[in-house]
Amino acid sequence: MEPFTTHTGTAIPLRRSNVDTDQIIPAHWLKKVTKTGFEDGLFEAWRKDPEFVFNEPARQGASVLVAGPDFGTGSSREHAVWALQNYGFKAVISSRFADIFRGNSLKGGLLTVVLPQETVDALWALTEADPAVEVTVDLVERQVRAGDVVADFEIDDYTRWRLLEGLDDIGLTLRHEEDVTAFEAGRPSWLPRTQSV
Amino acid sequence: MGRTLAEKVWDAHVVRRAEGEPDLLYIDLHLLHEVTSPQAFDGLRQAGRPVRRTDLTIATEDHNTPTLDIDKPIADPVSRVQLETLRRNAAEFGVRIHSLGDVEQGVVHVVGPQLGLTQPGMTVVCGDSHTSTHGAFGALAFGIGTSQVEHVLATQTLPLAPFKTMAITVNGELPAAVTAKDLILAVIAKIGTGGGQGYVIEYRGEAIRNLSMEGRMTVCNMSIEAGARAGMIAPDDTTFAYLKGRDHAPQGADWDAAVEYWSSLKTDEDAAFDHEVVIEAAELTPFVTWGTNPGQGAPLSAKVPDPASFADPSERNAAEKALEYMGLTAGQPLRDIKVDTVFIGSCTNGRMEDLRAVADILRGRKVADGVRMLVVPGSVRVSIEAVSEGLDKVFTDAGAEWRYAGCSMCLGMNPDQLAPGERSASTSNRNFEGRQGKGGRTHLVSPQVAAATAVLGHLAAPADLDAAVPAGV
Repeated sequence: MEPFTTHTGTAIPLRRSNVDTDQIIPAHWLKKVTKTGFEDGLFEAWRKDPEFVFNEPARQGASVLVAGPDFGTGSSREHAVWALQNYGFKAVISSRFADIFRGNSLKGGLLTVVLPQETVDALWALTEADPAVEVTVDLVERQVRAGDVVADFEIDDYTRWRLLEGLDDIGLTLRHEEDVTAFEAGRPSWLPRTQSV
Repeated sequence: MGRTLAEKVWDAHVVRRAEGEPDLLYIDLHLLHEVTSPQAFDGLRQAGRPVRRTDLTIATEDHNTPTLDIDKPIADPVSRVQLETLRRNAAEFGVRIHSLGDVEQGVVHVVGPQLGLTQPGMTVVCGDSHTSTHGAFGALAFGIGTSQVEHVLATQTLPLAPFKTMAITVNGELPAAVTAKDLILAVIAKIGTGGGQGYVIEYRGEAIRNLSMEGRMTVCNMSIEAGARAGMIAPDDTTFAYLKGRDHAPQGADWDAAVEYWSSLKTDEDAAFDHEVVIEAAELTPFVTWGTNPGQGAPLSAKVPDPASFADPSERNAAEKALEYMGLTAGQPLRDIKVDTVFIGSCTNGRMEDLRAVADILRGRKVADGVRMLVVPGSVRVSIEAVSEGLDKVFTDAGAEWRYAGCSMCLGMNPDQLAPGERSASTSNRNFEGRQGKGGRTHLVSPQVAAATAVLGHLAAPADLDAAVPAGV
């Protein structure tokens, strides 16, 4: 995973609540067996509407998505994270994310930032007034800056460290493999096994 | 102070706890399907890592599988590649798999419990948000993303931040016409699609205790629709009776030891939940959704709400968009909504009890003209049992289509889809825009409401049948 320290880019305001992962990437895209090539599926149904914010010429090349509350609800598909990343997003800002989506995004290096709805409203107003406004998402300082908006955000130390270093979670766990083996030795023998090995 | 059920199961699985780090949790059962696993196996291959515990892992094919002509090659080449990829990965890494045509094949969340692999007190994960289903057994079961699938394959553990706990207590007895599905739809409408975020919900109270295991699975299944990571119900005699004698249930002295442990899996009287919700069962009625998220629901007897009636601007905006997408008008009685398709199936309502309930209503009746009805059993085992009881005949005599097992129209990854503008009454779990097919409109309902709706052609409860169409006509 690539380290994430700080990112600056233009934004797309998505004034919708409850954006579920079926909207982010529709199910028929899930048949792919790779992590790439999902960019054209991102918000596929909504992008057919020429008025949709993603189709505005001034929004091309944006890399920060500013979304409504309850972003990423529904299906656990990590394809939603890949689609956002394939499209070019580095960070998503919302007042509330669905748990599984947030977990997936932070595992994969897409920084999901929780800010109060008032701050999201302010960022929407800012980028709607001027699409060229740049938003900085600074993981080192745990701060979002854009125009006159300066907002601190919370993220736990462990996740921040992992993202800053770009560390592979599996590699981190395998450092404690002896703990796993010790735990396994104490599991009750009657627990089910799918096959004998 | 005492601990909740969720905390007891969590604590029993902590492999490693360190200051400033998430707990490392052991995973007892890992379920796989074709959609969320290929990239995880690729990751293992690239890193040269094996599957740590093939004996705690099982795969089934469900999301993409056709429900017709299963003896012929799969028509969609992309679906075929995905299924072949799972088969290849299972063979390469030594994972047990139940493929299309296998007697144990079916929707992953139907297959696990039916084999007796899902047991109280276990941790169960799957790259599928409806893994919450398995919480009906008092297991801590939750959906994960593909990176986590790879993590569990490689280490049989997951680093996890702690959950908060919520109790949803349903007091009293459910009225006769009210099902587990109505109950959970009402819960989601009450607490909202984000109401459970960050929580593991424990369902408690007399109405929950009185549910069968299948009803409990329906309730826990849709915990994710309330935003919760997991739903749980403490195991009891109903749970033990369901498990006894199943393929992977403990036997003999092991059974006794297991039951003794399982019986300890309940929330202590002095334990505190972070949040509590109380619902009176007597106030519940058949419940349906009118919008495009599962929280946008109302009693069947109600009218389509006026978006202006929502105080919260984001809810108002969501309701406006939903009515436009659904082609509905504020104030229209929900019972007046005509449907084109009725779908019976999914990990929410694709088990025997659901099919029996539908058959009881369809027996001697006909599906309304112009309505297409699909009945898709949750697994091959369910299918076999239904046929042995003659239910397939009841369905086809009524004019419904009896199909092979799979996820089918719940998410339309196979050919079972709604056409643009087509409207369904569906026993599945999600009414998102385009979920059942591009432009399709979904109303989430119980199997009983689905069956009555199929007969009358508009959203209806079984009680409406007696008034409208005498049985046998």
